[in-house]
Amino acid sequence: MPEPIRLKDHEKDARQVRARAVVGAVAIALLSLVLMARLYYLQVIQYEQHSTLAENNRIHVQPIPPNRGLIFDRNGVILADNRPSFSLTVTRERAGDWQKVLDTIVRVLELGPEERTLFERRVRQGRRPFEPVPVLFELSEEQIARIAVNQFLLPGVEVAAQLVRHYPQSEHFAHSVGYVGRINERELKKLDPVAYSGTHHIGKTGVELFYEDLLHGQVGYEEVETNARGRVLRVLKHTDPVPGKDLTLSLDLSLQKAAEAALGDRRGAVIAIDPTSGEVLAMISQPSYNPNLFVTGISGKDYAALRDSIDRPLYNRVLRGIYPPGSTIKPVVALAGLDSGVVERSTRIFDPGFFQLPNVEHKYRNWNRGGDGWVNMEAAISRSNDTYFYSLAHRLGIDRLHRYLSHFGIGQRVSLDMFEEAEGLMPSREWKRIKRRQAWYPGETLITGIGQGYMLATPLQLAQATALLANKGKWHRPRLLMKADGLSPEQLMASGLLEARPAPPDIQLKDPHNWDLISSDMQQVVHGARGTAHKVGATARYRIAGKSGTAQVVAIRQGEKYDRNKLQERHRDHALFVAFAPAENPRIAVAVMVENGESGSGIAAPVAKQVMDAWLLDEKGRLKAQFAVPPQEPANAQ
Amino acid sequence: MHNNFNNFDRTLSDEDVLRRRATLLQRLHIDGPLLLLLLLLAAGSLFVLYSASGRNLDLVIKQASSFGFGMLAMLLIAQVEARFIARWVPLAYVLGVVLLGVVEVMGHNAMGATRWINIPGVIRFQPSEFLKIIMPATIAWYLARNNLPPGLKHTAVSLALVGVPFVLILRQPDLGTAMLILASGAFVLFVAGLPWLWIGSAVAAVVPVAVGMWYFVLHDYQKQRIHTFLDPESDPLGTGWNIIQSKAAIGSGGVFGKGWLLGTQSHLDFLPESHTDFIIAVLAEEFGLVGVCLLLLVYLLLIARGMVITVQAQTLFGKLWAGGLTMTFFVYVFVNIGMVSGLLPVVGVPLPFISYGGTSLVTLLSGFGVLMSIHTHRKWIAQV
Repeated sequence: MPEPIRLKDHEKDARQVRARAVVGAVAIALLSLVLMARLYYLQVIQYEQHSTLAENNRIHVQPIPPNRGLIFDRNGVILADNRPSFSLTVTRERAGDWQKVLDTIVRVLELGPEERTLFERRVRQGRRPFEPVPVLFELSEEQIARIAVNQFLLPGVEVAAQLVRHYPQSEHFAHSVGYVGRINERELKKLDPVAYSGTHHIGKTGVELFYEDLLHGQVGYEEVETNARGRVLRVLKHTDPVPGKDLTLSLDLSLQKAAEAALGDRRGAVIAIDPTSGEVLAMISQPSYNPNLFVTGISGKDYAALRDSIDRPLYNRVLRGIYPPGSTIKPVVALAGLDSGVVERSTRIFDPGFFQLPNVEHKYRNWNRGGDGWVNMEAAISRSNDTYFYSLAHRLGIDRLHRYLSHFGIGQRVSLDMFEEAEGLMPSREWKRIKRRQAWYPGETLITGIGQGYMLATPLQLAQATALLANKGKWHRPRLLMKADGLSPEQLMASGLLEARPAPPDIQLKDPHNWDLISSDMQQVVHGARGTAHKVGATARYRIAGKSGTAQVVAIRQGEKYDRNKLQERHRDHALFVAFAPAENPRIAVAVMVENGESGSGIAAPVAKQVMDAWLLDEKGRLKAQFAVPPQEPANAQ
Repeated sequence: MHNNFNNFDRTLSDEDVLRRRATLLQRLHIDGPLLLLLLLLAAGSLFVLYSASGRNLDLVIKQASSFGFGMLAMLLIAQVEARFIARWVPLAYVLGVVLLGVVEVMGHNAMGATRWINIPGVIRFQPSEFLKIIMPATIAWYLARNNLPPGLKHTAVSLALVGVPFVLILRQPDLGTAMLILASGAFVLFVAGLPWLWIGSAVAAVVPVAVGMWYFVLHDYQKQRIHTFLDPESDPLGTGWNIIQSKAAIGSGGVFGKGWLLGTQSHLDFLPESHTDFIIAVLAEEFGLVGVCLLLLVYLLLIARGMVITVQAQTLFGKLWAGGLTMTFFVYVFVNIGMVSGLLPVVGVPLPFISYGGTSLVTLLSGFGVLMSIHTHRKWIAQV
């Protein structure tokens, strides 16, 4: 190219470059200002926010779960304690491919696909990031060793020591103490996440559930500095947890065992109450189950076996079992008759073997088809005469029956601290109108008078009604808890630690002497020559006031005769017996229900007597000194 | 100053100026201001790195020796006259592209990306780093042969020259480096006086191109990065973690910082890649806004010196190359700080001279060696 052009171009190029360099410099300056503005925004304007974030990153508050309170029986025998146990935990965030890690665990410990599914469910349920989730509990020495050897294959997997609930009495108290289990997702939503941080178990049934708040205690904290992988570098602050309260229950291990022995291998329920205080001394629902199975998660197979068993071991017969109370209700009906004045003590009724309402064909039959002839109240109770009570119920009417029986706790929750308790049913005109949209028929009053028909009660309610008869109408709600760290349930309620549940009003009779009359009639059931349970009375070392009953399982049609051979074993009547003793100074009230036992006096009464013997008699077979009858009492009682 | 260009003869024959050439630095072809600033950066960077690496002295010593090696490379390059280099630029470009092709076919795979040529025991070499220097040189060489501003044909050829290595590097995949290569070529075109209309059109075309790239070019992890950039909180434990934590680190530093070695975010491992791409967050956490601004000041002084060198270069090739290198250097700074502070998506661009990594150090110092060469081999130096 020609020289002049090149020179000219050179100058032009230089100008061009210089102009662009200036533009570039300006752009660079502007973009630098953008960067500085951004940093100013982050470091000055948003300083507080990011500072907090960084601080929160650094400092983690680690919960220290409190030790769960222990549970004792009334003599200080441990019913529930906490045992150190090794569990296997998985931290999902540290495990990398955690599905693979779970596979490795299953392989190393030689477990099956069922456990694998369980592990996966538990890991998925993990709550906060970097929180170790226990997947397998109660590791054996060998399992711990296997994990240790294969640790390099198992990132995020650790063997952790923790306290796990243990029930040394196993199935003896499963239906009263209940059990704890892993917190499930539904419970998680309801729980205070702070109070339960670090806690993996919660009461599921029984005392463990009802007194969860007392047993759980207060969570402690540790402020720790952690790095991004959750590793604790140092502890900055430490607050100790407050362990849960120890509970002493009124249950008595030896009485419990005696009652179980008395039931033998029959299915049924026994409940014994101290009528003077409402303390439950024994509570048996048989068959039972091992609550320890549930603590660390029951296997599907074991659970299915319990759930599907025809004997229904998981079913709490004392609290959930509702049965027609049958003849056991008759003393209360008699008392209602006396107190309301519809019958006199001396009123007699002729029993031809049935009762008929005026102008109605239907015959309401006595259990004794031949009839008992003329019966008064004492004979009616001791012989359990149905005709007398049809007549009495007819005179009382359903409204008064409902009122009196309700005072005795039928059809309502009577306990102070039993979560599972069923209400039962005390029918009334109103109930039938609302629930059945039907009028009340007079015939229904009659069968209510002998404890059949719509009426349903739990063994606990029967025991409470009996305790009220023994205690002359003074109400104490049946309770399992005697003391929680030295505080009685009343004190706990007063201090707001327990939801208040005041007892219903005491039953006031117009003539208190009637209490003694009914007690006397009930003693005739056991001690009278023609009493239904006179066989039991023959060997008694003290006076027992009792009443037998049967609860129909299958309704018998009119004109059909109850034929035990025709009925399958499971369709036979349930045997009932209620009693209190010593009759002059009642210290124990018992209700016994033997499933398909048929005969209240023959099957259930001996069980009740054995339970009372175990409580009242010393090893030489004499009445214990503390239960001795005060000298002035017998004169009054008879 | 303007006068000197107009009066060619007088400048050439100025004896005083010729005598000044004899100073020691100039005889060694060293640019004083650049060297001073670089040494300042090197010293500061080792302090920050010591903290960012969790007091790993081995790492600091390795970085210091990389600095030494880089400085040596810089000084060696400065000895070579830019005009001499210009002769070899086309060959170097072809060599670079061939090496990129070799990487494409049989490169060494590290961390999910194929960027290295690895001859075990002999050399581990990243051709894309080589191209960071050669790319602007190539465009500068090509455009300097013709009149400025570049016409349509020259622009198209330039873009093609940039496009080949850009695509090859993008396929490694290394979005960060590919962008830097693209930028270095584009800046040469810009300095050469690419018409504003064309620049505006190119910017307008970015949108459809970006959409096209999203669907056909970008890898999933790159899309994820962009997605995370737009909404870091969408996946706070996953890909958003880096940005949330680095913002927390920067923000919690405040005006004066938490003090050297006292940054909790980096020392407790909340900050990912704290000694490499995210090291500015450590600096911001421990030295605060003041510390970052001081660093920015040093960078801007380096860039200012680069601009002066650009303007004063005596060959068009030298001007264009120097301008491209200087502006690309700012892109490093801007993209890195922008991404760590959450202004830009996360692309793998290290913070010049501060991030740990020998390769990037040597490349950057080589670039400054080129600037020194351009500046110290001038035939007349009246406008210093």
